[in-house]
Amino acid sequence: MSLPSVILMPLFGAALAAVLSQVSRALAAWAAAAATLASLAFLLPLAREPFAGGTVIQRLAWLPSAGLDLAFRLDGLGLLFALLILGIGLLVVLYARYYLSEQDRLGRFYAYLLVFMSAMLGIVLAENLIQLLIFWELTSLSSFLLVGYWYRREEARNGARMALTVTGAGGLALLGGFLLLGQIAGSYELSVILKSGDAVRAHPLYPPMLVLVLLGAFTKSAQFPFHFWLPNAMAAPTPASAYLHSATMVKAGIFLLARLFPTLSGTPEWAWLVGGTGFVTLLLGAFISLFQHDLKGLLAYSTISHLGLIALLFGIGTPLAAVAGVFHIINHATFKASLFMAAGVIDHEAGSRDMRRVNGLWKYMPYTGALAMVASAAMAGVPLLNGFLSKEMFFAEAFGAATQLHLGWWLPAGVTLAGVFAVAYSLRFIHDVFFNGEPVGLSKTPHEPPRWMKVPIEALVVMCLLVGVFPAQTVEPILAAASAAVLQGPLPDHDLAIWHGFSPALWMSAIALLGGALVYMGRRPLFAWHDRYADRLEARRLYDALLGGAFALAGWLTGWLDTGSLQRLLAVVIGSALLLGAAGFVGSGAPLTGGRALLPVDAVSGLAALGLMAAAVGAAALHRQRLIALILTGAVGLVVALAFVKFSAPDLALTQLAVEMVAVVLLLLALYFLPQHTPAETAALPRVGHMALAVAAGGGAAALTWAVLTRPYDSIAGYFLANSIPGGGGANVVNVILVDFRGFDTLGEISVLALAGLGVYAMLERLRLDGPDHDAEGRPWDADVHPAIMAALGRLLLPLALLVSAFVFLRGHNWPGGGFIAGLIAAAALIVQYLANGVAWSRERLPWNLQRLIGLGLSAAALTGLTSLALGYPFLTSAFGHFRWPVVGEFELASAMVFDGGVYLVVVGATLLILVHLGALHRLERLPSRAKSPADTAKAVR
Amino acid sequence: MELLIALVIGVLAACGVYLALRARTFPVVLGLTFLSYAVNLFLFAMGRLSVGQPPVIAAKASGYADPVPQALVLTAIVIGFAMTAFVIVLALKARAELGNDHVDGKHEP
Repeated sequence: MSLPSVILMPLFGAALAAVLSQVSRALAAWAAAAATLASLAFLLPLAREPFAGGTVIQRLAWLPSAGLDLAFRLDGLGLLFALLILGIGLLVVLYARYYLSEQDRLGRFYAYLLVFMSAMLGIVLAENLIQLLIFWELTSLSSFLLVGYWYRREEARNGARMALTVTGAGGLALLGGFLLLGQIAGSYELSVILKSGDAVRAHPLYPPMLVLVLLGAFTKSAQFPFHFWLPNAMAAPTPASAYLHSATMVKAGIFLLARLFPTLSGTPEWAWLVGGTGFVTLLLGAFISLFQHDLKGLLAYSTISHLGLIALLFGIGTPLAAVAGVFHIINHATFKASLFMAAGVIDHEAGSRDMRRVNGLWKYMPYTGALAMVASAAMAGVPLLNGFLSKEMFFAEAFGAATQLHLGWWLPAGVTLAGVFAVAYSLRFIHDVFFNGEPVGLSKTPHEPPRWMKVPIEALVVMCLLVGVFPAQTVEPILAAASAAVLQGPLPDHDLAIWHGFSPALWMSAIALLGGALVYMGRRPLFAWHDRYADRLEARRLYDALLGGAFALAGWLTGWLDTGSLQRLLAVVIGSALLLGAAGFVGSGAPLTGGRALLPVDAVSGLAALGLMAAAVGAAALHRQRLIALILTGAVGLVVALAFVKFSAPDLALTQLAVEMVAVVLLLLALYFLPQHTPAETAALPRVGHMALAVAAGGGAAALTWAVLTRPYDSIAGYFLANSIPGGGGANVVNVILVDFRGFDTLGEISVLALAGLGVYAMLERLRLDGPDHDAEGRPWDADVHPAIMAALGRLLLPLALLVSAFVFLRGHNWPGGGFIAGLIAAAALIVQYLANGVAWSRERLPWNLQRLIGLGLSAAALTGLTSLALGYPFLTSAFGHFRWPVVGEFELASAMVFDGGVYLVVVGATLLILVHLGALHRLERLPSRAKSPADTAKAVR
Repeated sequence: MELLIALVIGVLAACGVYLALRARTFPVVLGLTFLSYAVNLFLFAMGRLSVGQPPVIAAKASGYADPVPQALVLTAIVIGFAMTAFVIVLALKARAELGNDHVDGKHEP
């Protein structure tokens, strides 16, 4: 299983480099390099298979039940890209070590870079489309971090955000495209998709799917009209640009075109969309590039142009064009990465990247100048360098396509024109920077960079030369392997010779070289013209306008919905829910009433329901008298408990009853610290509106209930009823579900309860509220807060109540009862003591730490689960057995009892914690320890 | 009987919504309590109504009510209580910090 390791190694390296950078910068660089080398070490042993024309596929079962595997694929194309990613990655790691200054945090940079490397490897080694997409998004995210590395600079933040917005939006489109493609092909696995090209192309959903996939590819590869993010991403540190914006990230879109080439290509839609976009991008990029004054800006637009060139080749769609495309991917990565690094060196050693100021550097850094010159010549397509070979193939393909498809003269003319501009901007890069007079106003005297900073550039430039002079001996094997993977079929005859005779392509090359020199010589009037008009043509303007519009719309909508009024917002939410629900009702056309037999109504139930409805309406109508409303609410809760009794839910009835008592005590306590009356609302209109909304919501709820209750249904209840005794050892199915079948859910639920209790405790910790001395009618509260009769009665009741609680707990597994109910009963019994005797008195006699009690309960519940895990069963498997004791007789013990005991402790702890601390707010009940805390003393002094 | 339960749930939901839309914290908490009654009853009723058939395994039982919604609602009742407690304490805290009990924390003239 070494393919996953190839992807994981850089990820480990990211963490390692981040940690080690705390120790030393060199160590971080070594860690990053070691991770890259380790990844290569996992990759290379597998390389034999792709070179032999095979494909390595490795799988890890992920969700076998859903048919989802983590699947990895290594074929020629994947291998080529993986080698580019790791090889250039290694050089960038070395380069960055010297490029970033002492103030920049190197660990952070390496961490981002290696995460990006891992994501990129994930894309090129994915067998599953969804998996590919996840890594695709990860590259967008890590590129966001890399572009925004100098996050204190505004341009870095803007550039990062723009890159993320554009590529992220493309990723969304790509997701849609992949889902469609998976549906059409019947699988998300590339092995299947690559073989079902005919079926995919004939499918009616092919055009929309193609457009969505291409949107993803074009945004990532900076194709027109999405190209504008790339120049703005030049705010990234130059090592990141050399990596992301020449060799890897922007090639991901091209990789996708190559990857899906056998499935998607060969239709007019493909040819026109991909070829057309590529053609426009090629021309536009080359043209704009010439006018950039920023070195990196020139390189960025040149990259756009070259990416357009590759896209155009894939758009032409002949096998030979695809081979040329793959070849240019390799060549562009080598010469462009070295040029970016050279630009970084110039920026680093001269303090500026502006070609109007950086001139005549040949005197100061001839060695770097020579390297840049070779790379630049490769970019221009000068013979004996790699760029010449692939450009020659490109010209030949463009000419061939034009003749074959009777496109006339414009395609060869257009690509030659792009070639002219490419030569001109390459010339400008060299002539403006290294010659053309003297430097203008540089902050420092330029000099050659440190020795090791030049090594990566040298390595890449040597590759440009070697491939350019001995193509068949150097690049041919990997090119053949990658092209075979792209075509998924036999390779066309291709000849990587330098001399092909006097072909049209040679003439086109010659015209480009000569024309480029002429254009560069006549650049002054061109520049003047450009400076006057070009600003209006920026695609970025459109993006800014769109983004501004989106923000304005969102701002307006938020301002309209949310005026800072909870009432209004809540009304909008409830109203929207009602509208959507009503639309569902109306749209379905199903009758409201189903065909299930109904239960007869008896008089007692009818009366109870009437009483409940009257109490509820009364509470709503009299809500300004808060005490009355609260009492009516309690009455409603009691009738709800009765409803549970009536409809065969004894456990629910017991729970509701216990909760109701505790809740009313809680609300009464809280009410003491709040105003006793609600002031009248001034405006009548909103109140009427709220009433209408409430009636509509109630009507909707009633209609929904009616519609469901009159229909028959299927339930999973049968399983639980059948397995309750044999599987869980208990007759009370509700309790067995809670502590056994769905014990994990219950564990989550008591955790919520514990958190709520602790949250309440935290909020009350520093709270100071003084309740009134008088009741609502102006009578003073009795000074005797703990009447003797109640205290005496409460003490008598306590043992009895605790006994009941223990009884309810113990019987819970077989009869109605259990941890929740027993816990609530015990809490109620203890609260009576607090009410009757005061907090301080009770605290002295019950000196438990309630937070610890909650923790103990949670641990008990979790440990039961872990014990079964330790014994080799799934989490929370329960065991039970029958035991015999003298006198008592036979009885049953289940491990679920321990779990239920945990539930019990959490319920007691949380309930008491909430109520006791709320009660302790009263000035007569404040706990002595609280008053002595330093914060309180400080408050008192103030 | 089904109609009666539907009416009860409707009335509880209506009162809950009306109270939740009030401008002061205490009625809002009461409204949330009403809404949780309505929701608990609704979820419970999803197992359909049956009389005299508690889901406790017994030899003489004529049938069993659906235990799944019951188990769901049991924990919902307890958590509903915890949430009520949390919200009411939040209301107390707001009153202490802001000096009034308006849901938007406004000082009114």
